[in-house]
Amino acid sequence: MNLFEKIKHNVKSFLLWELLVGMSLTGRYFFRKKITIMYPEEKTPVSARFRGLHALRRYPSGEERCIACKLCEAVCPALAITIEAEPRKEDGSRRTTLYEIDLFKCIYCGFCEESCPVDSIVETNLSNYHFEHRGENIMTKQKLLAIGDKYEESIARDRANDAPFR
Amino acid sequence: MVEIEIDGKKIQAENGEMLIKAADDNGITIPRYCYHKKLSIAANCRMCLVEVEKAPKPLPACATPVADGMKVFTRSPSALNAQRSVMEFLLINHPLDCPICDQGGQCELQDLAVGFGGDRSLYDEGKRAVANENVGPLVETRMTRCIHCSRCIRFGDEIAGLREFGMVHRGEHAKVATYVKHSLRSEVAGNIIDLCPVGALTSKPFLYRGRAWELDAHEAIAPHDCLGSNIYVHTRRNQVMRVVPRENESINETWLADRDRFSYLGANNDERVGKPMIKREGQWHEATWIEALEFAANGLEGVRKQHGAEALGALASASCTVEEYFLLQQLMRSLGSHNIDHRLRETDFSDQKHLPLFPSLGMQIEDLENLNSFLLIGSNIQREQPLAGVRLRKAVVKNQAKAMSVNFLDHTVNFPLSEKLVVAGDALLFELAGIVKALIADQKELQDQTEQLLKSMQPTAEQQAIADKLKQGEKSAIILGAFVQQHPEAATIRALAQLIAQASGSSCGVMSLGANSAGAYVAGMLPHRLAGGAVAEKPGLDAGAMLTGACRSLLLLNVEPAYDAANSALAEQALAKADFVVSLAPYLSNDVREHGDVLLPIATFAENTGTYINVEGVWQTSRAAIKPFQECRPAWKVLRVLGNIFKLDGFEYVCAQDVLNKAQEVIDAANFVEPQWFCPAPIALPKAKTQRIAEWPIYSVDNVVRRAVALQESLHYEQPYGARMNQATANKLSIAGDSEVMVEQANAASICLPLKIDATVPDNAVAIEAGIEATRGLGGAFENITITKRVG
Repeated sequence: MNLFEKIKHNVKSFLLWELLVGMSLTGRYFFRKKITIMYPEEKTPVSARFRGLHALRRYPSGEERCIACKLCEAVCPALAITIEAEPRKEDGSRRTTLYEIDLFKCIYCGFCEESCPVDSIVETNLSNYHFEHRGENIMTKQKLLAIGDKYEESIARDRANDAPFR
Repeated sequence: MVEIEIDGKKIQAENGEMLIKAADDNGITIPRYCYHKKLSIAANCRMCLVEVEKAPKPLPACATPVADGMKVFTRSPSALNAQRSVMEFLLINHPLDCPICDQGGQCELQDLAVGFGGDRSLYDEGKRAVANENVGPLVETRMTRCIHCSRCIRFGDEIAGLREFGMVHRGEHAKVATYVKHSLRSEVAGNIIDLCPVGALTSKPFLYRGRAWELDAHEAIAPHDCLGSNIYVHTRRNQVMRVVPRENESINETWLADRDRFSYLGANNDERVGKPMIKREGQWHEATWIEALEFAANGLEGVRKQHGAEALGALASASCTVEEYFLLQQLMRSLGSHNIDHRLRETDFSDQKHLPLFPSLGMQIEDLENLNSFLLIGSNIQREQPLAGVRLRKAVVKNQAKAMSVNFLDHTVNFPLSEKLVVAGDALLFELAGIVKALIADQKELQDQTEQLLKSMQPTAEQQAIADKLKQGEKSAIILGAFVQQHPEAATIRALAQLIAQASGSSCGVMSLGANSAGAYVAGMLPHRLAGGAVAEKPGLDAGAMLTGACRSLLLLNVEPAYDAANSALAEQALAKADFVVSLAPYLSNDVREHGDVLLPIATFAENTGTYINVEGVWQTSRAAIKPFQECRPAWKVLRVLGNIFKLDGFEYVCAQDVLNKAQEVIDAANFVEPQWFCPAPIALPKAKTQRIAEWPIYSVDNVVRRAVALQESLHYEQPYGARMNQATANKLSIAGDSEVMVEQANAASICLPLKIDATVPDNAVAIEAGIEATRGLGGAFENITITKRVG
């Protein structure tokens, strides 16, 4: 450090220059429009690609989409999905008898959704959910289908919005 | 040998060998669908096109013989282009429904499409669809997926000997179909599941239940026939999902019989008992292992104290492991009883001291296909040992071997028989004696030996023909089936068979009952022999004697006496008479439910570690693939703990390997003296009475297959059970017009059975199956039977 630099450093130190720079930034934000939202009354926008709670979808006819191909089970890096399947009693079609996702294991990577050939398993934009009892972390087929039924509209809208980029 | 060059690699190949074989042997991959090393060459899929130097166009590697100095390029632009084009053609009509296809993940079409196909198709017209066929409960069809490789057709034609599929129509309309709608009838039909390169033919019991990638393969041995086919047990989450063949050129090649392939369904059956059970005051109650074991030990000890050790008896099925046999005989002999046997279905024990160390085929299984002539005696080989039947068919079809049969029933076999004698029960002895007589006409030495035996014999033309053909054959064999060993004069039959073999220069062998008869003999599961064949000083009772009620207490290992014993009625009476019956079995069968006292649930084959000795004498160890069902335990563990409870010495084994080591040590040290030929008593004239011929149907041979529902259903096309007899016999009994008849045997209840007229049954005989619920309680397998009109 040469002499000039040393003098500059000492002057800045005595005049609290760095502090003033910092305070000026604080000052600017103090007078700006606030970005804090009143959650849960207000919410920030969510991307159509957001990967939240899982759901199993149905076709408009009410038939479940899942065909028990087991690709999601195979691709899941956290081994969170367990599937068992057999021919359905009524019509012999290929259906799951057990479809479970362990939300404690899931890392929300979205691979299951990517791998699904019939857009059955999806990750919805739901991000706020909780468990009260041990075992509730296991999402059964019934629970997943119920979520799919309830949020089908937003699920379909999100897929449609994202479709041009896929 | 010629030298060729494939992809710049110089390799040696047999003269006349096809290119694809030479490439396979040297680890060079050429894609293919229709080629299979065990089937004939069809060259109809064109996937194996390769470029050959100086050839104007790519050539199919499966149909191009190697030539010296040939230069082949499997990955040249021209070859790759040809393969890509073929792939595109195949995918024109193949539906892209991989996600719902059971073959997904193990599909040759999928793999080769990725490896050799293009990324898009020029074809965008409609695809064709083909209706599915219903071919029974074992194989599922999705014929739209078929790529016409014709492997299933050739398998039926060449290996199974039953042409069940064929190609109908031409061009765009060509399809693989059964000509007339029918279920698969071959007992090796399940192999088409493995052969089909796509998802057109898949396993029905496994349908949609799993994916290839989630299954773990465990090496094992199939425990249902004496060949000891090698298998892979595929498991997932501690459950057997399916069974597939494991290649072993010297035993099962690449095939597997349906019985071995689908028997796991029996082990997964709902009837499995998961906890030990004790019967108190006529009611079965679940118990802990400690309670049940002590209850069993106390019961046995009580009988021993009251009636002496001779009152204890042990019966095992012929399909247990060497370890189990060794421990059971060690336990019984330590308790002081030699009453141990595994020959439940046999009735003639008079030659037991003269038998070899273990029942053997007398040749390699592999050599069956090189025979020039062979005589099957009382064998339904296709049903008893399906893969031995496949080998013999090869001998007949490829080698023009002369196949001959002397049998109780006119069984259909999948190869042409050049000589065939069908006679009821006792008359079989006469036929054999006639053949011996025809053979030894010029052999002085043998003549002297058999003078008494064959004094009055005069060979017939047929017997002479059989004798001549056996003599002419360079390699000839006499094969005694499992069926004939149940005959009440089996000892004489065995002796006569040996004479025939000796006089004609053939080898003589048996296709033994169960999966491990050889193991039972070697491990000493016999009343008169210790492990290794050493002679027991004081022989115990054989199975026949034990089941006539001579034992106050019975220990049953994997046995259901009413279904497994030669005389169902006597066996059940023996159980009822016994004071205490301990059953080690995976199921609570009806006979044990009524007469048993304690059930110790044991593991089935996939859950058990154990050794099987096949009919060739090969020791094969099968390791447990999964943990036993619920609280079941492998039988060797149960027997070991029983030994401990009795405070016997030498029951300190820790694992199955320990037991095997000990057994091997004892067997190696034993001194077995090759016994002399058994000379039977002179043959008496057959009685002219109506005799029963009882065969165990193919899927009723042991307790596991009896409970494999899909296998049972697959037999629906067959003659349903009933009293089968020919028209002449029915006329003689004046019941020809009836639909049901009353059947009665000595010491047995009379039961009502449907009457079936069946031309395959000889005169004076009635064929009634054994080992099934409907005929439980009937008498002996080859004993006299009374058929009367049903009244009311």
